Amino acid sequence: MARTLMKGNEALSEAAIRAGLKAFYGYPITPQNEIPAYMAEHLPLRGGVYLQAESEVAAINMVYGAAGAGVRVMTSSSSPGISLKQEGISYIAAGQLPCVIVNVVRNGPGLGGIQPAQGDYFQAVKGGGHGDYRLIVLAPGNVQEMADLTTLAFDLADKWRNPVMVLSDGILGQMMEPVEFAENGEPKQFDKPWATTGAVNRKPNVVNTLDIIADKAEKNMQALLAKYEKIKEEEVRWQEVGTEDADVILVGYGTSGRVARSAMEMARKEGLKVGLFRPITLWPFPEERLCELAKPERQFIAVEMSAGQMIEDVRLAVNGISPVYLSNRLGGMVPTPEDVLAKTREILEGRVN
Amino acid sequence: MQTVFQKPEALTDVAMHYCPGCTHGIIHRLVAEAIDSLGIREQAIGIASVGCSVFAYDYFNCDMQQAAHGRAPAVATGVKRVRPENIVFTYQGDGDLASIGMAEIVHAAARSENITVIFVNNAIYGMTSGQMAPTTLLGQKTATSPRGRTVEEMGYPIKMCELLATLEGPAYLSRVSTHDSRHVLQAGRAIKKAFEVQQQKKGFAMVEVLSTCSVNWGMTPVNALQWMEENMVPYYPLGVYRDVTAKEGN
Repeated sequence: MARTLMKGNEALSEAAIRAGLKAFYGYPITPQNEIPAYMAEHLPLRGGVYLQAESEVAAINMVYGAAGAGVRVMTSSSSPGISLKQEGISYIAAGQLPCVIVNVVRNGPGLGGIQPAQGDYFQAVKGGGHGDYRLIVLAPGNVQEMADLTTLAFDLADKWRNPVMVLSDGILGQMMEPVEFAENGEPKQFDKPWATTGAVNRKPNVVNTLDIIADKAEKNMQALLAKYEKIKEEEVRWQEVGTEDADVILVGYGTSGRVARSAMEMARKEGLKVGLFRPITLWPFPEERLCELAKPERQFIAVEMSAGQMIEDVRLAVNGISPVYLSNRLGGMVPTPEDVLAKTREILEGRVN
Repeated sequence: MQTVFQKPEALTDVAMHYCPGCTHGIIHRLVAEAIDSLGIREQAIGIASVGCSVFAYDYFNCDMQQAAHGRAPAVATGVKRVRPENIVFTYQGDGDLASIGMAEIVHAAARSENITVIFVNNAIYGMTSGQMAPTTLLGQKTATSPRGRTVEEMGYPIKMCELLATLEGPAYLSRVSTHDSRHVLQAGRAIKKAFEVQQQKKGFAMVEVLSTCSVNWGMTPVNALQWMEENMVPYYPLGVYRDVTAKEGN
């Protein structure tokens, strides 16, 4: 298919349908509304189910049901709606059900606003719902990645029997860029012998998250944690530009990653040795690579549209070897490359402690 | 040798955890008998809820999903929409369906989701040890209404069949009881009907089954059955509240 100009939310939706999506359960909230609208328009005509649920709570539980029934299924929302889904996400993770959840993040807390932000980082990568579980979290940085990482999200969900979150934001969802969809033919198929499809010539399948016997529950948790360890070994993704000789490495994902890249390019033109490190998987976080890059004479700046959330993972990764600073904006304000460059100069000139 | 009585195939051979005198066991059996008699065990996907019947996934011998508290109708919707040829049912208590899950049941009914809902109303939260439920009767004493439920403090008990009957969506709504064998047999027929309605793709079907909780009511099993007949049945009148098949003369 030739390159076409699409909004990020539409590119994501088209990629999901091409990935073999069989059901979309959603609820209106800005700035993700293009996704359910695209699904309502296209999915029923291409062999899938579109249903507007009565709430985000109901939508995520419909996802649970359809994922348990063995089909590719997704939901999308924006920050306050994603908070409502957390109980269901915990159940889906516990039930080891594959599905894709899209968060087109807006500013918060509370009702917040409808401007782009990254304040849901902790919620996405540290849990969000109750109990010990992890989501695989993918952070697209442009419209092409909104599509490509959505395709990947479905494959990872099925491969690992785990919910995958695509953590986007209001800018990436709304902006238009050229996008090209790969001609891969049929979506990857995964056997799902555990799914509830009707017990024909087999014992009944049960999708369950209740574990009332403590020692059995501990064993099941250990199996879940072993899965997470394998995901950490196999699925870490990131992008790195100009880090080899860098005195300062800018770390940013999504929209902040784009701003950081522009700041890096401006800095290089001035002869400043600045690199870019863009995590693509936020969980698993590329901590080993960041640790390798850490040196006492090298400094890091976390570029964020939040109060400083990812910076904690950067600090854990560099483990005190390098200093880590924050360049951020809040409330739906987006940092400019000039802001980040100014911070970079301050640090290089030793004006920041 | 002739077999005159046996466990339905749709029940597993597992000892149930229900308390002595509880009517959940009877209702499980009625559901299983309906599934057997319609020959739909291999098509069936059941959704267990949170409450005393949370372990229903161990007892029904068909594919099962265990849902979060109150969300069984949403989970059932998710399943049925992608597997319309399967027979999907929920099994929910009164706290699950009429309190925390009120939005899910009302909207599933309004959409006329083609699912079967078995709603067990015993007027109390059983599993969490006897708290007031949305269906607890006025004056009824529970752990959280120790002096009896009053209108001033806690409002009125909710009549789910009557409430859902205000919607266009439901195809079949019926309230039955388990206080004696005649009513148990009637309940069995209503439950079977609720599965047939789904088979015929008529839409949302719910059977509300009045049930005892002798342990949390603080009564002997026999007294609990009598209390149910004398107190619950008058407040929750038995009968068919909607039957679209009757209108069609079937």
